[in-house]
Amino acid sequence: MKKPIEAIVKAGDLPVGFTAQPGSTVAFKTGDWRSVRPVLDREKCIYCGFCYYYCPDGVYQDMGAEKWYKPDLDYCKGCGVCAHECPKKAITMTLEEV
Amino acid sequence: MSKRVGIEVSLAVAEAVKLADADVVAAYPITPQTHIVEHLSELVADGELDAAYIPVESEHSAMSSCIGSSAAGARTFTATSSQGLALMNEMIFIAPVLRTPVILAIANRALSAPINIWNDHSDIMSVRDAGWICLFAENGQEAVDMTLAAFRIGEDPQVSLPVSVNIDGFTLSHFIEPILLPDKAEVDRFLPPFKPVIKLDIAQPISVGLLAPPESYTEARKATDDALLASKAVVKKAFDEYEAVFGRRYQVVESYRVEDAETVIVAMGSIAETASIAIDEMREAGQKVGLVRLRLWRPFPAEELAAALSAAKNVAVIDRHMVLGVDNGPLGLEVKSLLYDAPNRPRVFNYVLGLGGRDVTRDDFRDIAARVSSSQGVQTRYEIVGVLA
Amino acid sequence: MRAADVPFEKVTAKNFPKGPDSLASGHRACQGCGEVLALRLLLKALGTEFIAVSATGCMEVCTGPFPQSAWRMPWIHVAFENAAAVASGVESAVKVLRRKGRGPDKRIPVVAVAGDGGTADIGLQALSGALERGHEDFVYICLDNEAYMNTGIQRSSATPFGANTTTSPVGSKSRGQYSWKKNMPAIAAAHGVPYVATANPAFHLDLMNKIRRAVAIPGPAYLHVYAPCPTGWRMKPELAVESGRLAVSTRIFPLYEVLDGRYVINRKVDNPAPLTDYFKVQGRFKHLGEKDVAYITERVNQEYDKLVKLSEAFPV
Repeated sequence: MKKPIEAIVKAGDLPVGFTAQPGSTVAFKTGDWRSVRPVLDREKCIYCGFCYYYCPDGVYQDMGAEKWYKPDLDYCKGCGVCAHECPKKAITMTLEEV
Repeated sequence: MSKRVGIEVSLAVAEAVKLADADVVAAYPITPQTHIVEHLSELVADGELDAAYIPVESEHSAMSSCIGSSAAGARTFTATSSQGLALMNEMIFIAPVLRTPVILAIANRALSAPINIWNDHSDIMSVRDAGWICLFAENGQEAVDMTLAAFRIGEDPQVSLPVSVNIDGFTLSHFIEPILLPDKAEVDRFLPPFKPVIKLDIAQPISVGLLAPPESYTEARKATDDALLASKAVVKKAFDEYEAVFGRRYQVVESYRVEDAETVIVAMGSIAETASIAIDEMREAGQKVGLVRLRLWRPFPAEELAAALSAAKNVAVIDRHMVLGVDNGPLGLEVKSLLYDAPNRPRVFNYVLGLGGRDVTRDDFRDIAARVSSSQGVQTRYEIVGVLA
Repeated sequence: MRAADVPFEKVTAKNFPKGPDSLASGHRACQGCGEVLALRLLLKALGTEFIAVSATGCMEVCTGPFPQSAWRMPWIHVAFENAAAVASGVESAVKVLRRKGRGPDKRIPVVAVAGDGGTADIGLQALSGALERGHEDFVYICLDNEAYMNTGIQRSSATPFGANTTTSPVGSKSRGQYSWKKNMPAIAAAHGVPYVATANPAFHLDLMNKIRRAVAIPGPAYLHVYAPCPTGWRMKPELAVESGRLAVSTRIFPLYEVLDGRYVINRKVDNPAPLTDYFKVQGRFKHLGEKDVAYITERVNQEYDKLVKLSEAFPV
């Protein structure tokens, strides 16, 4: 006999109306979709923010006084938009080591 | 104090919605429902009802808007019939799972094709398993009372499900009847303000209407079914409190002269009143016949119906909807299934009549009783009463 | 007040909204998705004090798989074709509850989001109804990736002429999509709503200011947003933003606003780049020959000239 699929939540424990809490996808790390990662050369970075503005996954964090943007690799899918858009070519997409 | 008025039933339903202080009405015209929403739009235009009336461009959008409005925390009402309900179909299946307690009056009308604007139950029967609480009214007074009860039941935090109030199109919707219209203070005693379970609130944001993967779809469906089944107790409680406030007693299943009846007719809606008169006449002639009427259709009141039919030798089930391609109508099928395991299983007969506005008269019930008593064996397929074949 | 004069706080590089995105990470959009980028920027411009309504589609599926949601404001999805109708109900409810003292005593914008299929095809009726009824705090965003991407790249009425999709395939008797892209902004503008605009995530500040303006102007607003789809367009994921720039510089997706029926072109393109620049990075156009490109170019320029004439005849 096939094992039944294990439910995430029991029917009786589901939130009424099958709802979810705001912003809860942060529990789902999309970083492991990535085969290449963005590597920033901070010498070249002019803190223009293009990587931050144009990241479809919103992974870049403004480091404020340090004047650079840091990617959160838990979520970066490795699309390469940041590297392509960087006006100073300060970001290089680098193969992930397995 | 309630006021006794002569009023068209549709207008009385609209007055009940006003008494319930609905916040939003989103509706699209369709015969024979239109008088309900016409009157509501008048009430809003005259400032008698402080509500938003959304004149949507289709019934699909009507129910879509109602789901949105209810999810935003507003007491929400709409009405439709037949093709309108069919166009809403997709939304009808969504409202219960999102737990949005929209109240829907259906002036029941035949479904196309062929196009026909008159009364039967094919519209509601096509969506009977969608997860709505379904109430049926027998007369104008009940149409008003069930509308008020629907808000109370659907919005109960334990329930939070949509409710349909089924009113036979024309036969009820367009008749002028003497009706006791409750006053506002009475209604306020019966119907508390709406405290939504689901609310799109910027202070406490939630996400509603999520994608269910195979790992949770079954559970989400079961949770809705559990809520629907559990709502029966709330329906009963609401009827008890309705009686306490307004003095009119309602039950989920109502029996008439069934005590020693050998043949019991099972029916829903306005024809039950006709049937009860036929029962009186047949009783006078010495026939042991009785009537059981379902006021609550979903959740199906299995226990109560089984109890009401426990002494019957023959059960004659009336369907006002023809299901194509199977042997029984929806109510016939339900009753057969219910009684299969009964200790003294009666014979169950299923009759289809009153389709597309064809009159249902006392003679039809006498005819049915005669067919049952002259039948020797079991009925293998439903019979149509009054068909030219 | 004229729509053009309604004040709103402008987004600039200097006062770019701080804090977490209104759309959380962890959503399941494809790598390099220009649609989710547009959505992220649009929502960021608004913060979280509004109610979002989604149509079924890529954005809904990838942001709301139970038990998670990427949306940080109240959000509801009901079905595919009815985002505008659901939003109409939400908007009406919010206003009534405010009037009756049962809701926050402030304007709460309601923002509906749908794809091109959910807007130009199956959702057109519900959208038309909502625009015509004049809901005051109603904004509708069409994220246009020019085909049914969620179901696997089928053509919609917003698919551009010549594009190869799974239901407008290139074959011995077909050059791909055989019809011209439906002009949704014109259809929206024909309803006489106070604000219609096109936008594009490659012009992120312009995009964010358009949603702010849409929310600020009382009455229904319609935003038609270019949403590059690397997966469906057969394009390298890193080119999502680049393709947006090319769409404007070639005139194939002009940026403009219609304020009270008056037109303004936000990016004038006097010397358009050749369309081949735009086509060559997208596999969906790779079958197009010189004659095809010339034919499309003629139409694109004609449409652009029409806009120029409108902006001259009916200036803001």
